[in-house]
Amino acid sequence: MSACCQNTDNWAELERGYRAMLPEDVLAFIDGNQSQDHSESMLIATLHMVQGHYGYLSPGHLEAVAQLMQIPLAKVTGVATFYHYFRLQPRGKYLINVCLGTACYVKGAEKVAQKLTDELGIRFGETSKDGIFSLESTRCVGTCGLAPVVMIGDEVHGPLTPGQIPNLLEGYLARAAEDLVADQPR
Amino acid sequence: MSLPVRDFYRSMADRVGKNLADQDLGNKILVQVGSATCEHAAGSQAVAEEFVRHIRASGRKDIIIHRTGCTGRCSREPILGVQLPGQIPVKYERVNRDLVHRIFIEHIQGGTPIMKHVLDHSTEVMPEREFLFCEGSRCQRPGGESLRDRFNAMLAARGIEPHQVHVAAASCFGVCSLAGGAPATYVLARPEKVLYRITREEDLADLLAIHVAEGRVVERLRVLEEPIALEFLERYGDVAFFNRQSRIALRNAGVVDPDSLDEYVGFDGFKALAAVLERGEPEWVVNEMTKARLRGRGGGGFLTGTKWGFARKQADTTRFIICNGDEGDPGAFMDRSMLESDPFNIVEGMIIGGFAIGAQKGFFYIRAEYPLAIRRIQHAIDTCRANGLLGTDIMGSGFDFDLEIRLGAGAFVCGEETALIRSIEGERGQPKVRPPYPTDRGLWGHPTVINNVETFANVSAIVRFSGDWYARIGTEKSGGTKVFALAGKVRHTGLVEVPLGTSLSRIVNDIGGGVSGGKQLKAIQTGGPAGGFIPASMQDMEVDFEPLQKAGSIMGSGGMIVLSEDDCMVDIAKFYMAFSQEESCGKCTPCREGTTRILEILERITQGKGVLEDLDKLHRLSRLCQRTSLCGLGRAAPNPVLSSIKHFRAEYLAHIQDKHCPAKKCVALIRYEINAEKCIGCTICDRNCPVECITGARKEAHVIDQAACIKCGNCFDVCKFAAIDRV
Amino acid sequence: MSQMISLKIDGESILVPAGTTVMDAAEKIGIHIPRLCYHPDLSLEGNCRVCVVAVEGFDHGLASCATTAWEGMEVQTNSPMIRQARRDIVELLLDNHPKDCQTCDRDGNCELQNLSYRMGVRERLFEGKRKQFPIDDASASVVRNAEKCILCGRCIRVCGEVQGVFNLSQHGRGFTTVVGPANLGPMDESACIQCGQCVSVCPTAAFLEQDHTERVWKALGYRRTEKHVVVTTAPAIRAALGEAFGLPVGTPVTGKMVTALRRMGFDAIFDVNFSADLTIMEEAHELLKRLEGGGPLPLLTSCSPGWVSFLEKFYPEMIPHMSSCKSPMQMQSTLIKTYYAQQKGLDPKDVYVVSVMPCVAKKFEAARPEHQLDGVPTTDAVITTRELAQMIKSYGIDFQKLPDSDFDHPLGTSSGAGDIFGATGGVMEAALRTAAFKLTGKNLGNLELTEVRGVTGEIRETSVTLAGTTINVAVANGLQNAKVLLDAVKRGEKDYHLIEIMACPGGCICGGGQPYPPIGTYTMNRDLAKARANALYSIDSGKTLRCSHDNPDIQKLYADFLGEPLGPKAHELLHTHYTARTPRGIR
Repeated sequence: MSACCQNTDNWAELERGYRAMLPEDVLAFIDGNQSQDHSESMLIATLHMVQGHYGYLSPGHLEAVAQLMQIPLAKVTGVATFYHYFRLQPRGKYLINVCLGTACYVKGAEKVAQKLTDELGIRFGETSKDGIFSLESTRCVGTCGLAPVVMIGDEVHGPLTPGQIPNLLEGYLARAAEDLVADQPR
Repeated sequence: MSLPVRDFYRSMADRVGKNLADQDLGNKILVQVGSATCEHAAGSQAVAEEFVRHIRASGRKDIIIHRTGCTGRCSREPILGVQLPGQIPVKYERVNRDLVHRIFIEHIQGGTPIMKHVLDHSTEVMPEREFLFCEGSRCQRPGGESLRDRFNAMLAARGIEPHQVHVAAASCFGVCSLAGGAPATYVLARPEKVLYRITREEDLADLLAIHVAEGRVVERLRVLEEPIALEFLERYGDVAFFNRQSRIALRNAGVVDPDSLDEYVGFDGFKALAAVLERGEPEWVVNEMTKARLRGRGGGGFLTGTKWGFARKQADTTRFIICNGDEGDPGAFMDRSMLESDPFNIVEGMIIGGFAIGAQKGFFYIRAEYPLAIRRIQHAIDTCRANGLLGTDIMGSGFDFDLEIRLGAGAFVCGEETALIRSIEGERGQPKVRPPYPTDRGLWGHPTVINNVETFANVSAIVRFSGDWYARIGTEKSGGTKVFALAGKVRHTGLVEVPLGTSLSRIVNDIGGGVSGGKQLKAIQTGGPAGGFIPASMQDMEVDFEPLQKAGSIMGSGGMIVLSEDDCMVDIAKFYMAFSQEESCGKCTPCREGTTRILEILERITQGKGVLEDLDKLHRLSRLCQRTSLCGLGRAAPNPVLSSIKHFRAEYLAHIQDKHCPAKKCVALIRYEINAEKCIGCTICDRNCPVECITGARKEAHVIDQAACIKCGNCFDVCKFAAIDRV
Repeated sequence: MSQMISLKIDGESILVPAGTTVMDAAEKIGIHIPRLCYHPDLSLEGNCRVCVVAVEGFDHGLASCATTAWEGMEVQTNSPMIRQARRDIVELLLDNHPKDCQTCDRDGNCELQNLSYRMGVRERLFEGKRKQFPIDDASASVVRNAEKCILCGRCIRVCGEVQGVFNLSQHGRGFTTVVGPANLGPMDESACIQCGQCVSVCPTAAFLEQDHTERVWKALGYRRTEKHVVVTTAPAIRAALGEAFGLPVGTPVTGKMVTALRRMGFDAIFDVNFSADLTIMEEAHELLKRLEGGGPLPLLTSCSPGWVSFLEKFYPEMIPHMSSCKSPMQMQSTLIKTYYAQQKGLDPKDVYVVSVMPCVAKKFEAARPEHQLDGVPTTDAVITTRELAQMIKSYGIDFQKLPDSDFDHPLGTSSGAGDIFGATGGVMEAALRTAAFKLTGKNLGNLELTEVRGVTGEIRETSVTLAGTTINVAVANGLQNAKVLLDAVKRGEKDYHLIEIMACPGGCICGGGQPYPPIGTYTMNRDLAKARANALYSIDSGKTLRCSHDNPDIQKLYADFLGEPLGPKAHELLHTHYTARTPRGIR
């Protein structure tokens, strides 16, 4: 009879946790909609708000939205993956685009790519833990003459050898650190 | 009968009229700056700021900056308009800060327009007067063109130079049916904004003697009815790109301040709604739409009146109306332009539609990629609500109706109405089996009408000028005009609104200025990824739903891509197929799997790995998608493939049998060769080759190692002696 | 209501009630339109397009399963064009499907395989790239193999519409669309309640149970001195196992089943029905105690592990209502490793318990940490009816020719009350038989409480007055129905005392581990459920021993080993507890 008289309702505690994951305006938006008819139809609008706030939708955000809107989580992630507009991965400060076009390929882009994944410790489509680099590949950036090339942000680098990669990344890390200092409140 | 509505409208119109009179715009210098997404991207905001600075520095109080939406003349933006009192307005193209400075000094302060920067270089000098002759190509009125020629001859005989009086051809003004009587030539005189009705040569003589020579209006010939796009023609009439258009849906685009209810009301905005509410007969509205033969502008071409009628007769009285603003076709942007440039007009169209079908609520479904459109529509909704035009008891009529925006999130399929409904419901935007149609069971199971933005943009005009008027502008089957987004290898790109039934050639050549770069026209692609190709040989065909379909294409939302001899039809078909494959929602088998296989075959063919049976397979799969896909998008997805095979089979055969790409576009099927006679051995190709496959001594002809060449084309691009052949 | 409309199908005029689909209308005149994503008990999606027909006035085909016939409609179900289209659609599905039919679990009863044969797909015209996804076998019960998925969506529909769990959704879109739980995470971390209905409705092998046959083969291979391998079978097995061997649906095969198990080398063959009786003893006493004020009402039955999981995940606040009784399987396994092991003088660690269950969630239940004895699971392996059938076939046993034989003692005797546990309402009926005896001192005159006997997808309720005490009871199968009941209770609209809930529609006889019905019939089919239920009811009515409290072996168990129902020993061995878990938040 041990469970008989216990309070097994975990909602209050869960709700507290989920509310802590979302910003105030999103919470107010969800709360305002919940009493309305067809409140579940506001899912896409809610996801837009969350992405507008964080730049992407993390699994945690999606779960908090699902729980607070009382919508099955599978449906929420199904919706989030259906629409191109929603991003499920944060983008790093610098997006590294490795050109895997034919020209770069024959000039050893694969080795450069390998070096990048080794140095950053991430795979294609991922973002480094410090949030500074995201690694992606592209078909061609149209600068075949510089092959193999890597685009970091808007800047094109090439021709590159694997040996140059550490120095190259170091430069961007230094820039990111400077920006961080500049952003500090005085 | 219901006087409160009349009173409401009168007091609103009076208030606006007084406000406008107070501004005394007739005696001020108007500087017009476009403000829509593409204008912003082109730098129109910086231009406007620069102008404000100049005005402030000059201390002048008689210059007004007028913010408008987009005129749809994309490649020339930012466009800036300057209108001095009593003069024909001048439009400048590609304006930047430096040019602002010059315009301010030379034109505004000095009174001399800078002709070098006038939009489309339409004239060398600024004429004092202009006469726009309607061409009336649609109404087959006899002698139209000869009257214009005659007038030109008469002017010449009098020794009047074109810089004094300029005569131009314009499209249908849509006033014939308004003024009644037999068809005639209508002539718009600028800057007086007077419209004449001309039937005989004697009329021209009066025009010359009284209007030109004495500067007085010929009252005998004057038409008091105002063409719907008068304001537009008044401002843009001097540019061929514009005056060959008939603007109804776009009549206020680029004319009205999109955030100003007053301006919209000043251009007879909400007059149609007032008329509808005062009448209080929803059936009448439905009837007018039916008479107008207004067909769905999203691509389906279904008669709007019939659709509204279906929803009206449902037993379920909870009904919804939705404006489909999920414009997803690559290359189409007319919906965005209308939402951004004339939001109140779309709102008015929706309220009228809501009243007609008995809806309590309407939704704007707009793609999230259009933030400015969303902001403007939201502003329009809020303003209407604050002014008794939305919400409860609209205009004192007792009609309750409200609007809400729902955002898309980047899914082409959500343009399909059942998918759109799913998306509004907060689901994955996947279509549902039809029937039941949304007019029976739509949003949350209730009768729902979904119309495209452009459809709603026409509603208020139809109510104001009657369904019959609208029907007469178009063809027998399709009333009114259609907006096209003209792009591709054409000189003037942008939005073009013409009566349905206008020939493709007129749109591409007369309005678009023909193929750019002096190349040959190969085909015109209409209808976006769901459309097809019309070969150059068929360019005289009339643009209407049925003829396009018969030719293997569709109207679609109005994308129109001009293709030249440099374009490979297999490659373009592949491009569209890749789009459809990427955008397939994945629900039904033929579309999900079939488009993938079609794309694979096209890729094979463009890589030179195609075999003859591939053509049969393409055909078989395409027919499968057409016949068995769940929604219209899947059924239309193979259109580019089928129509390109139909009209350009030889190109497919060249790829498959000869392993040759006639347009020299498909990389795998071309090679670069150095013409030894032209090559002087400058080595620039060698130095620019990324794979070092070019060899040769200095000052001697070079050679490309074909086995190593990756066909990047660098050598072809850098050679200064045209010594490299692409074969 | 029953307005008739007329339409023409393949030139033949036919009258059907308004609302009939084209597919059903065609069926009436003997035309079976090929189909794939269609399932009669789920919503109609019309997404596979196999069942397209040509309709006058349309230039494209309409899905006959999802199109309601209208007056004057003219339909063509067959033509060279339609035949080719159907064939091509099936080929397109095959082209994006692994080519491993021979080694696939569903070989022989795969709907895609069957259809492709029928549609005459003899060559591949459109082959190209194929989707590739890892197999998700993290769950204790259900294995998801997305490469075999043809995106018919039945699993999504059954999980949401029938079970109210909504654990599955399509993710991504277009060619890369894939069905899975939220974020495509592992099933064991999802909201899945492991009922296995996705397995039941899947036309291919995209969802399968976790295979335990290998570990059972291994156990059977141990030397007898090492392990004492005991098998124990659930009530619903005997009602459906025969189907796997070509016997008519609803043929009870208890005796043959026991013989087969004995031939396979199990050391003892027990009947979970025995513990069903035991469950009733405990649960009936629990009910009576609560009726006297000893705990919250209504009391909820706890036999169905999918349901237990559902409650813990979605209605944790109602955990105090749940009966603390272990499921019959867990009671049985516990007794095998205690009571039976003691009698035999065996170390419980040397006893290996195999449960045969109609259920895939039992695999999960067996793995729950609460169900361990000295750190070892009390149930070592759980095989489904399907797996048992496969093992019997693999062993080379000619099932139909087997003679009957009896279960072993002391855990093999059961009353009719235990037998009917396998059908929806069975636990309720059995509990009321014993509650009546406890309250009135004598057995009910009519033991068959048909008010609570139902079929799939129903909620039933009734009231029984026993010795002045009125007991309001309700029965639900399919968890969407459970939701309806629980919400009504939560809102205070209903005043029930006892609610029986079975996760699967129809109860255990239609569990996620039961044999796939022959192609062309479907799980959740009412006739199938009825026939299987009738097999159990006929076993019950054929017995003289029909009440759990009359089972002499149960009486002996209490006398020799357990003491009193709800007593300390019974509490220690036969009762369990539940924990609130996170996937909440669905309406």
